[in-house]
Amino acid sequence: MDTRFFAAWLEECARVVHEQRDYLTRLDAAIGDADHGTNLDRGFTGIRQALAEHTPPTPGALLALAGTTLVRKVGGASGPLYGSALRQMGKALGDAETIGLAELADALETALQAVRRLGGAEVGDKTMVDALSPACAALRLAVAEGIKPQEALSRAADAADQGAKDTISMQARKGRASYLGPRSIGHQDPGATSTALILAALRDVAVAWAES
Amino acid sequence: MVGLVLISHSLTLAREVAELTRALAPVPAPVAPVGGNPDGGYGTDPDRVREAVRAVDRGDGVVLLADLGSSVLTAKLLVEELGDPSVVLADAPLVEGAVAASVMAGAGAPLAEVVAAAEQARAGKL
Repeated sequence: MDTRFFAAWLEECARVVHEQRDYLTRLDAAIGDADHGTNLDRGFTGIRQALAEHTPPTPGALLALAGTTLVRKVGGASGPLYGSALRQMGKALGDAETIGLAELADALETALQAVRRLGGAEVGDKTMVDALSPACAALRLAVAEGIKPQEALSRAADAADQGAKDTISMQARKGRASYLGPRSIGHQDPGATSTALILAALRDVAVAWAES
Repeated sequence: MVGLVLISHSLTLAREVAELTRALAPVPAPVAPVGGNPDGGYGTDPDRVREAVRAVDRGDGVVLLADLGSSVLTAKLLVEELGDPSVVLADAPLVEGAVAASVMAGAGAPLAEVVAAAEQARAGKL
């Protein structure tokens, strides 16, 4: 997986987030402040613009630029969270020009650690961690089993999607939704949902990549 | 003198809290209010927070006070990035913390005492 692969992933993220903007905002309106879709769309549009001006030479530098752009442009809590996740991924990938599945799995793990450290959320708090954590675990297992990247990333995307659905029965313990206490139960977390979309985009790009 | 950066989701709210610190402290500390996302809606603009830290830095340290959510996360990330022990995010409520910190900073107290004043401001209202 090279810089073009990761640029294609970010482009697909921008497309999907724009397409699902109103859905994410509706989820956020139920338990948050109704800006998740709009904020992420602004952030990924910013990434698209930044990459149009200049595409960094390595996957690591590309993800670092994307992360910094999200931190600067999003304006909501998802900016620092997704932004530091991508920046830490970029840092973990270093100067390598091509990335193997094992390196990607390690990088995603550092993204999870960055999100947990900054936001202070654990599994079960009804946040993006509930989608990202099972995705990391699924990817690690797939690497250990030595299966193909597109299948491994497909399992990670499925795990994130299931993780996002599992937030419906959870009570929020972080963010604006936590003020609702038990009333937050019954709603799917918007952050976990956008994480699932971003990992589904990674799978789709990997599948298209394998076919071409 | 220690400087203060007040970060709210709303620029109007941050400005008003800054006004209040000026009204309630005999010698007001340098204060910079920040609020709103990059498009001007409710939220946080990290670039403006960074500029605000520079604007109130008189060489004695800067205390950041944030309201909630993205304000707190943005401030936390910026403090981490700067890696400068003289720039600190106080674990304090915005209004009470800002007034307490401003009074203490105006009295010429060092950074640690200003942070402590802000963080103690949450307790003992009733």
